[in-house]
Amino acid sequence: MDNRITRRRRRELVVGAVLLVALILLPLPIGDVYTRNLIIISILFAGLAQAWNILGGYCGQISLGHSLYFGIGGYVSTLLFVQAGVPPLIGMFAGGLVGGLVALLVGWPCFRLSGHYYAIATVVVAEIGYLLFLNWDFVGGAMGVYIPFKGDSWLALQFRTQKLPYHYVVLAFAAATWLAAWCIEGSRWGFSWRAVKDDVVAARSLGVRVFPSKMAAAAISGFFTGMGGAIYAQYVGYIDPDSTMSGQLAILIALPAVLGGVGTLWGPFLGAAVLTPLSELSRSYLGGSGRGVDLMIYGLVIVVVALARPAGLLSLFGLRRRAKGAPDGSPA
Amino acid sequence: MAALLRVDCVSKSFGGVAANVDVSFEVAAGEILGLIGPNGAGKTSLFNAIAGEVTPDRGEIRLVGERISGLGPVTCAERGIGRTFQVVRSFDSMTVLENVMVGAYARHRRTAPAMKAAMETLDFCGLASRADRPAYNLSPPEKRRLEVARALATKPRLLLLDEMLTGLTPTEAQSGVQLIRDVQAQGVTIIMVEHVMEIVLPLVSRAVVLNLGRVLTIGSPEEIVRNPDVIRAYLGDRYAAA
Repeated sequence: MDNRITRRRRRELVVGAVLLVALILLPLPIGDVYTRNLIIISILFAGLAQAWNILGGYCGQISLGHSLYFGIGGYVSTLLFVQAGVPPLIGMFAGGLVGGLVALLVGWPCFRLSGHYYAIATVVVAEIGYLLFLNWDFVGGAMGVYIPFKGDSWLALQFRTQKLPYHYVVLAFAAATWLAAWCIEGSRWGFSWRAVKDDVVAARSLGVRVFPSKMAAAAISGFFTGMGGAIYAQYVGYIDPDSTMSGQLAILIALPAVLGGVGTLWGPFLGAAVLTPLSELSRSYLGGSGRGVDLMIYGLVIVVVALARPAGLLSLFGLRRRAKGAPDGSPA
Repeated sequence: MAALLRVDCVSKSFGGVAANVDVSFEVAAGEILGLIGPNGAGKTSLFNAIAGEVTPDRGEIRLVGERISGLGPVTCAERGIGRTFQVVRSFDSMTVLENVMVGAYARHRRTAPAMKAAMETLDFCGLASRADRPAYNLSPPEKRRLEVARALATKPRLLLLDEMLTGLTPTEAQSGVQLIRDVQAQGVTIIMVEHVMEIVLPLVSRAVVLNLGRVLTIGSPEEIVRNPDVIRAYLGDRYAAA
């Protein structure tokens, strides 16, 4: 069957492959460590935003507590490595699994709430997790855990001076989240989730099981977020509650998806490509001077986008399907 | 004729308000049954009970002999009850085709057959040319059709239409009537809720008239229009004698 949906999906796959190749080649001519780091962080946040998008975008469950899954994923892989010697390349899958499991545990009570109530509940649960880790000696408390360096190794995801291997690790991670989102978009699950987002009552009347749909979305989203946390911890070689479980991080995970275009395949990536460099650059150039100038610029960009493109940056390109009918690109 | 649906002594109250009191009737396979009554008669409440959205306080509802009351809307949809909504509830982030695919997935696990079935349903409902339009972009009568198409895609045995023809122009209503007849010709049993009698009565084989939550009378359209109780319920005592 050759119609608009199948054609669009095939085109997206081609664009995705081209982008992947471009990103594989991108760091090669760049020798500058600072720039390479910037690209790595941007790609990591692109993957994280896509992971958030799976639950927040497609299924419409706005979570402001994804920092919890991120932090727990990081702690699981770190502690497995430090305490039990399990290599992080394996540990990051364990981190992802635990992240997904925790997302299910959070979802079990919280998905009974809807809309704003759900969002607030996720903030509270993430804050509880943060405080728990802050005061838990086994995981290093507020001091966190340093990851000892044991020599360059893919298995341990440790490289003393090279940035390139990390580039490919986060790229593989982001590509996996994109592929997951692409598969979901074209599957029975994806349709169920979007139906749940648009209208729960109508979805149920068509046989869509609402609660299991939300739980499945949460598990997949939590899995990838936990995996991202594990990669991040290994990248910086250190983990503590402030850098991996804070409420600010939860916002940073959600924002690229929201700004780029919620529930779209490219929105989270576009948002991360704009926001992450902006936040890193403004922080390094302005962060030192009068406190908070960097964050003010960041906030200003968000306000401008919200005013000019309420449907997300992606609507600039007319890629967003909603934009097709409405001439101004905003949803009717 | 065998009863497809049996509503047996169903009562439902919301707070202190009795929406349905001891409602009983049967729907034969293949017929179009009208569910009519003045505003506040309990039509929508009863309709929601059959669709599984509301659990009756007392009594039960059976579909081909199996109890469905209290099992919830998802199970009802799986057992073969499709419904539309009085206030249109389309999935506005999706295209028309995608809307119908959500329904089609109830009978197809995989995307290709679901898409094919959805396309056929759209064709049947006269919306094939709108397949790739965003759902929010349809005209109001087209949105009503989309509701029917989405419900039909779940391959229902019983289709519940909630005021599908209300508020349409005569021409639009006429094409809506034709769609309903086409659906019936496919072997789908239909219950229509309407409060405008002129629209329903020519279509239905029988009608259940509700008033103040109770069944006022059940009968053919001719019997209904002559029934003094019905006239009184709709127009008040003054007209009953006339």
